[in-house]
Amino acid sequence: MSLGVKEEASEGAPDTRIKHTFARLKGQGRKALISFITAGDPGPEFTVPGLHAMVAGGADLLELGIPFSDPEAEGPTIQAANERALAKGITLKKVLAMVAEFRQQDTQTPVILMGYLNSILAMADFAEQASKAGVDGLIMVNLPPEEGHELQTQLAANGIDLIYLIAPTTTDARATEIMRNASGFIYYVSLKGVTGTGSVLADEVGVRTSGLRAATQIPLCVGFGIRDAQTASALSQHSDGVVVGSVLVEKLAAGGDPATACHALKDTIESIRHGLDQQD
Amino acid sequence: MSEAFDGNNYAQPTQDGHFGEFGGRFVAETLTHALDGLATLYNDMKNDPEFRRELHHDLTHYVGRPTPLYFAQRMTAELGGAAVYLKREDLNHTGAHKVCNTIGQALLAKRMGKPRVIAETGAGQHGVATATVAARLGLACDIYMGEEDVRRQSLNVYRMKLMGARVIPVSSGSKTLKDAMNEAMRDWVTNVDDTHYIIGTVAGPHPYPMLVRDFASIIGQEARAQMLEQEGRLPNVVVACVGGGSNAMGIFHPFINDTDVDLVGVEAGGHGIASGAHAAPLNDGKVGVLHGNRSYLMSDDDGQIMETHSISAGLDYPGVGPEHAFLKDIGRATYSSATDDEAMQAFRMLNQREGILPALETSHALAWVVANAPLMSKDDIILVNLSGRGDKDILTVADIDGITLT
Repeated sequence: MSLGVKEEASEGAPDTRIKHTFARLKGQGRKALISFITAGDPGPEFTVPGLHAMVAGGADLLELGIPFSDPEAEGPTIQAANERALAKGITLKKVLAMVAEFRQQDTQTPVILMGYLNSILAMADFAEQASKAGVDGLIMVNLPPEEGHELQTQLAANGIDLIYLIAPTTTDARATEIMRNASGFIYYVSLKGVTGTGSVLADEVGVRTSGLRAATQIPLCVGFGIRDAQTASALSQHSDGVVVGSVLVEKLAAGGDPATACHALKDTIESIRHGLDQQD
Repeated sequence: MSEAFDGNNYAQPTQDGHFGEFGGRFVAETLTHALDGLATLYNDMKNDPEFRRELHHDLTHYVGRPTPLYFAQRMTAELGGAAVYLKREDLNHTGAHKVCNTIGQALLAKRMGKPRVIAETGAGQHGVATATVAARLGLACDIYMGEEDVRRQSLNVYRMKLMGARVIPVSSGSKTLKDAMNEAMRDWVTNVDDTHYIIGTVAGPHPYPMLVRDFASIIGQEARAQMLEQEGRLPNVVVACVGGGSNAMGIFHPFINDTDVDLVGVEAGGHGIASGAHAAPLNDGKVGVLHGNRSYLMSDDDGQIMETHSISAGLDYPGVGPEHAFLKDIGRATYSSATDDEAMQAFRMLNQREGILPALETSHALAWVVANAPLMSKDDIILVNLSGRGDKDILTVADIDGITLT
């Protein structure tokens, strides 16, 4: 595989929380742990404490889902999370307010919003509002780079990275193009499927991600189907970090008050963190 | 569009699937490769003599085309205005125009070597049409259908099962067509290597809006030629119902360069546009992105897709094909709506005056005719796409009439 885009790395771009975090981890020889929950699930009072709990458990970056009525790339777990959050009246405006509240106590941990384009289209000044709230990145599941230039430009002007995905089915030529336009980090989708389902073949993923990593200076993280320390550790061998989502959402769905749920989140993150830090 | 439409050079979409600002490809990255492959294959096949021959053979000998163009004499007399002609798509094998698209896409699936097809369905017509071609070609077939639609279209559910398809009820969201489409996308993203997704309308990511339109355009091609043959002239108006919009695109497309012919799409007005309980995004929606394309959508201020209402399951969808959005914005087509009640009234009229049982979807187009034919001159001609037959709706109609069939 020859993917020659290394020279394209965005030198001279302003320092961001995302860049700073990956640089720090690299210096420590550690892998990034990115943890996902859906904003407002199972109720608005869970989200900000949940974000802090995940940081306390060892998460390096936080991914917060914007609830959407038609989350077409999600498995049953995160679909249900979306429905619970929407039933509580969560809107994008409220999601941004949650990020702003989180930022009052944590000014360092990057926060990345994840969701579907129609949510963003409904807020004309999203980039400015998100920047003001303290958002660092945006993952749009249904926005490939071909359609993403306009939004990426608006976001960049507000210091927010649009994070693109690469899938097992993405050709090398296309991956090169995606990495050329990438900002923040690359999200490698570990399996053909929806979130939280299927079993990840770590060796297969490793072959692909090591090839991709050799061709870019942008960090590459792996997500979809990572439920435990062992898988996280295996996938981190050939990546800069892993994304964990559905297993955390299950903890929130299990019931109990926010304090109990936050404990469960923290414990789960700690165990995965431990697995990641143990390798080699 | 690359150059302005001047009435004889309509050529949409662009290479990357855009109709002006509409259309495009807004999907999870995993699907891009399959969509590229489909677009390339379709591009190679559409002018391939062997593919054309096979398609034509199936449409002739299996589907029963060409369908008749029928002058609805008693309806015309009763309305007292324009002459009403019906393009009898209800006479296709399986009872609706949908099979023209599924035949075409199944032939593509066969060429791709994919042993399995999936589809979403609302009224069940597309599901039946997909199950039909799957049975004929020996393909495994799973149909996603909202729980609510499984209930109100039980006859079609049973038809699909008889043909060996598995019908998977979808219980997420509003339990209707949009949720079935979400679930079909999730299946496809998981099984993309061995599965072809037969989208049933002119929506979805590129190349679907284009290829579904092209396969459905046989309707307009035949109707245009038949009209010239029978009347020696083109109609003044072509009218069709619009949910996702495949039957409308199919009959509109061959008439787009005939700028003297008005194109009218009729959306589902449900309980009335003002009530909010409808499925009419071109009348009362905003531009957004759902199911892979940018178009008009029924969505709220937070970008959430709204629940829609229509008496007809096949029109009960919050989006609409991007080419309709484009035709609306360039002013080449106009889009009105008909309420549940207006559709029911037209449904009864066609039964009683012409002995034709139309689908409830189709009855929305007929409702426009009932309202507008009397306002037109007796020299005018309305061409209606009679997109499907209404056998599947018998239980719904009986229910409205307070009759329980056993």
